[in-house]
Amino acid sequence: MNLTITLATASRVLRQLRHDRRTVALLVVVPALLLTLLYFMYDGAGTTFDRIALIMLGIFPFVIMFLVTSIAMLRERTTGTLERLLTTPLGKIDLLFGYGLAFGLAAAVQGAVATAAAYWLLDLDTAGSAGLVVLIAVLNAVLGVALGLFCSAFARTEFQAVQFLPVVVVPQILLCGLFVPREQMAGWLDAISSALPLTYAVEALLQVGVSTEATTTMWRDLVIVAGAALVALTLAAATLRRRTP
Amino acid sequence: MNNAIEVRDLVVDRGKRRVLHGVSCDIPAGRVTGLLGPSGSGKTTLIRAIVGVQIVRGGDVTVLGEPAGSAPLRRTVGYVTQAPSVYADLSVRENARYFAALLGLGAAEADRAIADVGLADAKNQLVGNLSGGQRSRASLACALIGDPKLLVLDEPTVGQDPVLRADLWARFHELAAGGTTLLVSSHVMDEAGRCDRLLLIREGRLIGDDTPPAIRAAAGTDDLEEAFLRLIREQVAA
Repeated sequence: MNLTITLATASRVLRQLRHDRRTVALLVVVPALLLTLLYFMYDGAGTTFDRIALIMLGIFPFVIMFLVTSIAMLRERTTGTLERLLTTPLGKIDLLFGYGLAFGLAAAVQGAVATAAAYWLLDLDTAGSAGLVVLIAVLNAVLGVALGLFCSAFARTEFQAVQFLPVVVVPQILLCGLFVPREQMAGWLDAISSALPLTYAVEALLQVGVSTEATTTMWRDLVIVAGAALVALTLAAATLRRRTP
Repeated sequence: MNNAIEVRDLVVDRGKRRVLHGVSCDIPAGRVTGLLGPSGSGKTTLIRAIVGVQIVRGGDVTVLGEPAGSAPLRRTVGYVTQAPSVYADLSVRENARYFAALLGLGAAEADRAIADVGLADAKNQLVGNLSGGQRSRASLACALIGDPKLLVLDEPTVGQDPVLRADLWARFHELAAGGTTLLVSSHVMDEAGRCDRLLLIREGRLIGDDTPPAIRAAAGTDDLEEAFLRLIREQVAA
């Protein structure tokens, strides 16, 4: 791993993003708007909104960064820039960490805006601090980036890349405890749920919701999410081949 | 003569099709070698094997004394793919600076490469807004950064206007005079005469490997296109 090359790659990805103002606007504004929609949907339902909004603050960055990354990486493959990059001193890890860093930063901005909107405009109420919510959101974004980088290896076209959303992301959302609390799930569903990284991110968020101080469970959950992201990045590196057929 | 590239019995399959059938050739250092052949003849596959991104079935490719694609070559080989492989959503300058950064070089080297391909006036434009010819020059600029010892260019002059094409060829010869080895592919026979040496490839087999005058003499014609045709007929007859 070469730090200079990793940082140059992250800054290149951010520059690409900067030239695409519409994407930037969508990234920053859409989660806050969707939370507003939830606010009116659960008008007067008090704690229900608190619970759902809190979980959504973790799910949005995960889904959005998964999509953005898998398309971005696919474009690297189809336009030939990836082939070219792999003939330069850039290492696979430099490229993947560069992406992780760039989209992680973008997610920090997105998470800060969405969290600020949730607390100040939509009266979200949690026992724990908003800072922890942003931290979990960023970690979820990095998880999304890592899974996106990995999945893009299996897609030849944008159509295929988008199909990985229902395959990889939706089951995690269904089983993470948002729709049905995990303790009410059938045993085998709960077992699947505990094998999925998003479950731990949601558990961490719910801990922030009920505890004034950061709990051990929350830190353990964050370590699991970070570990899952690292595993996905390693797998993504393994699927990047300098030589192709 | 010193060889920059040595290819021995190179066999490449893509899918179920054999694309290169045991190609062997030497590419001399400090010269412009043209790789000429029709579309689908195996030019790009040979080039990909030389830069070390092609999975090969058999044979050896040695580049500057190292196996093709090995780590030390990643600083000394510049590669331009057929489709311009630069980021369309970055400016010419941002592209060049990124590729310079990968080699640990700065903005000055990036700007010099942009000026070298005649894009100084367009350096702040997004690559996506450039014409096809400008785009491929932007891609070329990124390969020139860091003064590579070997430049492998896959059809770099497609879509360029005639004046610019002449400029680019002059630039290639300047580089060769400075000791750089160039391997340039083209499917346009009128570019063949501009090379120091020619490799003629057809259906995955080399059918000519010599200087343009020698190829003309062997085929008994001054026209390289005609010479290529005669070489093909000889092959078919043999």
